[in-house]
Amino acid sequence: MADSRFVGQNIFGTQSTSRSKTRYAPWRYLVALLVVVVAGLYALPNLFPPDYAIQIQTDNKKNSVGDPFNIGSGFIGQVVELVENNDVSVKAHEQLENGALFRFNSEIDRDRAKLFLEERLNPEGLDRQFIVALSLADTTPKWLQRIGGRPMTLGLDLAGGIHFVLQVDMDTSIKNQLSDEAEKVLDQLRAARIRYVTGQDIVTGQTLTIEFADEEIRDRAMSTLREHYGLPDYELTSTRTAENPAIQFSLTSARLREMEDLAIEQNLEGIRNRVNELNVSEPLVQRLGRNRIVVDLPGVQDSSEAKRILDKFATLEFRLTAKPDDRPSEIESFPYEGRMETIQKEIIIEGKSVINAMEGRDEHGIPQVNITLDRAGGDRMHDVTKDNVNHHMAILFIEQKPIVTSEIVDGVRVETTRIEEERELISVARITTALGYKSRITHLDSMREAKLLALLLRAGALAAPMYFVEERTVGASLGEENIQRGFTAVVIGFLLVLAFMLVYYKVFGFVANIALTLNLIIVIAVMSSIGATLTLPGIAGMVLTVGMAVDANVLIFSRIREELKVSKPWAAIPAGYDRAFRTILDANLTTLFVALILLFLGSGPIAGFAVTLSIGIVTSMFTAIFVSRGIVHLIYGRPNVEKVWI
Amino acid sequence: MDLMNIDFMSKRVYALTASAVLFVASVVSLVVVNLNWGLDFRGGVLVEVGFDEPKDPAEVRVLVEEAGYQNAVVQNIGSERDIVVRVLPVDGVDQSVVGDEIFALLEQNYSGTELLKSDYVGPAVGQDLTQQGALALLIALLLVMVYIMFRFTGKFALGAVFALVHDIVIVAGIFSIMRWTFDLPELAALLAVIGYSLNDTIVVSDRIRENFRAVRRGTSMDVINYSLNQTLGRTLVTSLTTLLVLVALLIAGGEQLFGFAIALTIGVIVGTYSSIYVAASSLLLLGIKSQELALPEKEGATAMRS
Repeated sequence: MADSRFVGQNIFGTQSTSRSKTRYAPWRYLVALLVVVVAGLYALPNLFPPDYAIQIQTDNKKNSVGDPFNIGSGFIGQVVELVENNDVSVKAHEQLENGALFRFNSEIDRDRAKLFLEERLNPEGLDRQFIVALSLADTTPKWLQRIGGRPMTLGLDLAGGIHFVLQVDMDTSIKNQLSDEAEKVLDQLRAARIRYVTGQDIVTGQTLTIEFADEEIRDRAMSTLREHYGLPDYELTSTRTAENPAIQFSLTSARLREMEDLAIEQNLEGIRNRVNELNVSEPLVQRLGRNRIVVDLPGVQDSSEAKRILDKFATLEFRLTAKPDDRPSEIESFPYEGRMETIQKEIIIEGKSVINAMEGRDEHGIPQVNITLDRAGGDRMHDVTKDNVNHHMAILFIEQKPIVTSEIVDGVRVETTRIEEERELISVARITTALGYKSRITHLDSMREAKLLALLLRAGALAAPMYFVEERTVGASLGEENIQRGFTAVVIGFLLVLAFMLVYYKVFGFVANIALTLNLIIVIAVMSSIGATLTLPGIAGMVLTVGMAVDANVLIFSRIREELKVSKPWAAIPAGYDRAFRTILDANLTTLFVALILLFLGSGPIAGFAVTLSIGIVTSMFTAIFVSRGIVHLIYGRPNVEKVWI
Repeated sequence: MDLMNIDFMSKRVYALTASAVLFVASVVSLVVVNLNWGLDFRGGVLVEVGFDEPKDPAEVRVLVEEAGYQNAVVQNIGSERDIVVRVLPVDGVDQSVVGDEIFALLEQNYSGTELLKSDYVGPAVGQDLTQQGALALLIALLLVMVYIMFRFTGKFALGAVFALVHDIVIVAGIFSIMRWTFDLPELAALLAVIGYSLNDTIVVSDRIRENFRAVRRGTSMDVINYSLNQTLGRTLVTSLTTLLVLVALLIAGGEQLFGFAIALTIGVIVGTYSSIYVAASSLLLLGIKSQELALPEKEGATAMRS
């Protein structure tokens, strides 16, 4: 067995056979000291309690691209004045990328300020203008921030809030897209006068199967279809069903992945836009695995409200502008660029036919938007536009918009949300030629206009259906209780272990305790600086780390005790460290494997546990081998030491 | 407790009998009544509500049942003022709004209610987790085995895996027998038990290997006994400190971490025992010989006690 490769090349000590008094190199002290200082610095931000703060943003989703109201220094000044006129002092304020942040001296101040800010910014009975979100603002000093120092983020189980997991219904989405595709395929066969067997289910799962009366027809169909279909999107194979020869279209895995990614991307964008409607200062929207989306809303408590807002989406309608002979019942008018534009009621295609829309420039550098439609939509577009060249095409953006209003009921401010359908004409453009599945809207005034239009087109494009598969709401008070409990557990566990070590190993116990304390600091420093989230199981992992970090020290100390029976301290101590090293490495590496597996298995809280455990394992090895050894060498490093307290 | 001379191995028949009984009982319980799977794996709804005065679960149960949730379980949790309502998953029914409805119901009927926690897990998520969990356990065992085979020998690897399976099955078995809820934190604890027990097993194995190389006289049983006695102090001290922090978690961690802490506590005790009896006895059963562990001549010189 190849089990001897660590022998004699112990990187943490010199070779165990050469026992001289100058065996502990100074660079090791330096490394230990450096790590201690750096860890101390990065753990430091956690000691600064956060400020109670209010974050204000405008409640307008087009804000990021359009230019309606900008929160600037004038606005900030007014807010500060308003708050201070009400006898609440503002500790500090700062401009953010998309709003402003106001810090207060206490939670009471902050909550009072929120009351009259809401009252003034969002007057009773009117639609909401501003999002006024409560938050906790980081108070890490600037010089620490500059080197990347920041406190640990608290998970939802500690901070309170809602965690949603939404599943995108990929099967339905793909089946719909395939059914569209099937129609198109059959159209082509009909056009080529090739007869296929009717009355069969064509779409099953991720394949299309078309049956034919005999093989000769099948082969003819194959050569026709090959002109239009094939790799990289589909794999066409000649096959036989139970009754007939057939052609099978299988989605390639690359194409399937592409369809999934697209559907997820569109839903992500939709949710991001929605989340902005909620009073949340730091929402998180992320893809999870192949077809799920995680939404974390810290501080939010009302889950039914949040669900209602996240659920609704926007769509598009492409229609022609009115023609002179249209009857009044067939047309309607919408405002567009300061005038009224009359358009037909008949819908050519809807948002679900739009696959993508991107802003760009034409050959003269003039901004434009490129639109890609699916095949069914493209055909329909072609059929309509080829007879309507020089008419105008209008695009209507229809949004289910949650409107938040507030009123005072029995002295309490109550916010109510109603979903309102808002229709807006976002583009009217002349049709210059028959359009297909790729088309462009050209001659836009600015790149910003192109960007906005493309964004709206994408927002209204096909979104695969979604449903909630997981939801976890943690109330604010339970979060605080969890923090309290976790903290108490760490303190009690830590003190018990410290006391035990001191009693059992005396001077060496004291050294181990220093190493243990450092270990905890380094774990916190690493977690803070990599931006890991602290959860309740994460705290449990930390507590467990404290218990297990002792192990490396214990291994070393029991070795030293053994060695002391046969050697003098100056020889026994280094020998103990060296001999224990290999065991420590083996034992910890395997535990690390398990912790890493845990990390891949779990999302959320479990990952939190695995992260703290993994970090703890690595740091405990470091502190036992570098730090405790260094200190022991300082105390007992002299060659004339006779008695050791262990 | 520096160096005792306990003849561990001569008593291995009793120990292995005890292990076998516990193991079989665990397997039977797991097969017959299964684990009491919690919300994370089984899916369903859980709502925890705090009241400003003690609340009788029976009273709340009537209310919840009248609202159409016949299969709801209503209990006090933590204190008499906190109530937990659990609704089991129903096939083909979307339960994502049930939690909201139950809290709204309680809020309408009682003043001073506060939502502490509301969980909903869809059946698909639960199934995925169960699969992932089982997979994680298997991969963990496999990787560990490969690593030990590489660093020690196949017999040590087999011994370690016997010990690990023994530990996992017994911890899960006790959860099954006691009908304690088994949820995601408990699965994490189970994996941590693997890590912990392995740590112990490796320390013991490491010493056994070392002594097989250094002490060439004596039977395998003597060498193993000697090694177990040498590592006993360390094994007990580490188990003790780990148990100390687990006690802290049990005392202070509250309802949320109770299952996690108890699973680990059992795991640490069983794991400590198993590295002595299961892993080491397996080596004897597998007929380990010192020749298998002989070092290549050249490198041996620096590693051995001269």
